[in-house]
Amino acid sequence: MRTKTETNIQLGHGGGGLLTREFLDRHVVPRFATGPLEGLPDGATLPALENGIIFSTDSFVVHPMFFPGGNIGDLAVHGTVNDVAVSGGIPRWLSLGMILEEGIEQDVVGRVLDSVAEAAADCGVQVVTGDTKVVPRGLCDGMYLNTAGIGERMPEFDLGAARLQTGDVILASGTLGDHGMAVMAAREGIEMAGGPVSDTGPVHRLVQAARPFATEVRFMRDPTRGGVAAVLNELVEDAPLGIILQEDDLPWSTGARAIAETLGFDLLHSACEGRMLMACAPDVAGLILDAWRAIPEGNGATAVGAVTNDDAGRVLLETCMGGRRLVDVPQGELLPRIC
Amino acid sequence: MKYLDGFRNGKAAKALTARLKAAGERLDAQGKTVQFMEVCGSHTMAIARYGIRDLLPDCVKLISGPGCPVCVTDTGYIDAAIDLGKQGHILATFGDLVRVPGSDETLAQIRAEGARVEVVYSPEGAVALAQDNPEKQIVFLAIGFETTMVPGISLVKIAAEKGLDNLTVLCAFKLVPPALAALGSDPEINLDGFICPAHVSAIIGADAYKPFVGPRGVPCVVAGFEPLDVLYAAVELAEQAADGRAELVNQYNRVVKPGGNKVAQAVVAELLELCDEPWRGIGVIPESGMQLREAYAAFDAVKRFGLKLEPGRPHPGCQCGEVLKGKITPQQCPAFDKGCTPTHPLGPCMVSSEGSCAAYYKYVRREAGAETMEVSK
Repeated sequence: MRTKTETNIQLGHGGGGLLTREFLDRHVVPRFATGPLEGLPDGATLPALENGIIFSTDSFVVHPMFFPGGNIGDLAVHGTVNDVAVSGGIPRWLSLGMILEEGIEQDVVGRVLDSVAEAAADCGVQVVTGDTKVVPRGLCDGMYLNTAGIGERMPEFDLGAARLQTGDVILASGTLGDHGMAVMAAREGIEMAGGPVSDTGPVHRLVQAARPFATEVRFMRDPTRGGVAAVLNELVEDAPLGIILQEDDLPWSTGARAIAETLGFDLLHSACEGRMLMACAPDVAGLILDAWRAIPEGNGATAVGAVTNDDAGRVLLETCMGGRRLVDVPQGELLPRIC
Repeated sequence: MKYLDGFRNGKAAKALTARLKAAGERLDAQGKTVQFMEVCGSHTMAIARYGIRDLLPDCVKLISGPGCPVCVTDTGYIDAAIDLGKQGHILATFGDLVRVPGSDETLAQIRAEGARVEVVYSPEGAVALAQDNPEKQIVFLAIGFETTMVPGISLVKIAAEKGLDNLTVLCAFKLVPPALAALGSDPEINLDGFICPAHVSAIIGADAYKPFVGPRGVPCVVAGFEPLDVLYAAVELAEQAADGRAELVNQYNRVVKPGGNKVAQAVVAELLELCDEPWRGIGVIPESGMQLREAYAAFDAVKRFGLKLEPGRPHPGCQCGEVLKGKITPQQCPAFDKGCTPTHPLGPCMVSSEGSCAAYYKYVRREAGAETMEVSK
């Protein structure tokens, strides 16, 4: 049986001394210390990549740490892997920074790191460097994570809002807004059969599936904070083009809709953490959808809208009633600490 | 979700839209253009969110009325609340009111300067504040239509039972039917029918609109908040207008009964009595408000603090009054999306989530050819 000091994180676990060594031996070495992290060097030595690199970072403060469908650990991997992937990179290496609150249970840290390891393996990335700090009780809410990711650039992708053309098709890789509603339901203690489950997951295989059609892909993004509305508004903000979405084609899960209707949220504003939005030329849209639907993370893929040359700079929704309305950008933060 | 989907069915919408078009053709043949007012803020939001205006024939217009309780709260009421807050009393209010501009400032501004303005989620929250702060006077800002009167004044009974002598309410309750009568008789507005509110009607009953229909009246449809509810109401009103009929239809009979909620009506009758009431942008409408009866004067903030509510001074660039009467659309206000936005509202219609200006800002924003100009703050 472990004593209390062993079951909970102490300030000393982040102090750089013997307790830190114990922490690393217990949590980090068994999970990550192969390859560049073997021997726990201060920095990872990595090979050069021929086509250049894509580099991204993200911090994770989600509350609660555990939610239906995932936890802060897999979220921290998926978040950065997805940013690298939608930028046209093959994710390769991750850093992992941990800020722990004094008193958090070591078992909780272990469960989160198990999720980090599993998600990293699934994404084909290695955790190659990291850092742990402990702050006094009350100065952080359990655990915050930061990951930075390096990927190898795929030169065939040439992405950007400037490449958008009238008639381009907007694709979604699956149901939208699930993560935001799952976290919201968990936070509010709403338990219901068939309730929302987070979509946290990687999109790198979706990017790979679309790679044969890369020259016809204009834009890729995982719609996280601000949801679909924020991503698409940003895309056409300064463009001479607009986007029209079809409400009847938007893929929602029943659980996410139930929470959104009950609490009065617009699912277009709700975050995803494992979905992709893509704008591509119409002649490859069907081919990309077929390729996506052939892999598990894309089985709910569908076309949701199109790029138009009227209504420049605006995202509109053709509603289930047949009228049109503006899809606005969320005012401020819809759900704080969603990721 | 099946229950909701039934009220958002695209096929049903197409069938109703076809009926609307046919009614529009009949109105065209008679050379008539008609305008119907949706009185309730939730209808305004539903119409904008589902793009229902796009489905209307040119000769049928939907205009938004004074159905958002925050929007019709007089500037002078906000000023009186601000004075109480500055005197050191604790104000308990629902969140929407905090950002509504008074003559010179908002409750949010005086809160930032140290006044205690507490947002509560139910009137019981005000009771808790009174119990936790026995040395302070707590004033609950009780605004709203028939729907919120009972919860709003329930705390008077609780305070009486608990013997709390530090809790009062500042009432600005408003009644919908007198406002409909005032708007319906305004020759400048020229209304041809009302989409009557949903939840107000659940309290007062559909029969409350009987005086508005008949040979000298206009058609009235009590409608729910789902898009097919509202679309059906538009169809019914357009068909009646084309037929020259003016009848009362209760489309929302899944919730609204002809006689309304008798229990709620009894509570209102016990505690409240009619009074003349100022409506922002409209002016004083006789017997359109409710105030505490003399027997409960001890809980009336106006009486306890000797308040005299003066007419306020709305921002000169704000045309909420014209919007509330349906005389202009939000985009026709020079301040819309210029000096006045949801983050920096000049008037209450842009503050409340049910306000017409907020609905247009969120779901419509600009209309082709709509002219706007800069307004200085």
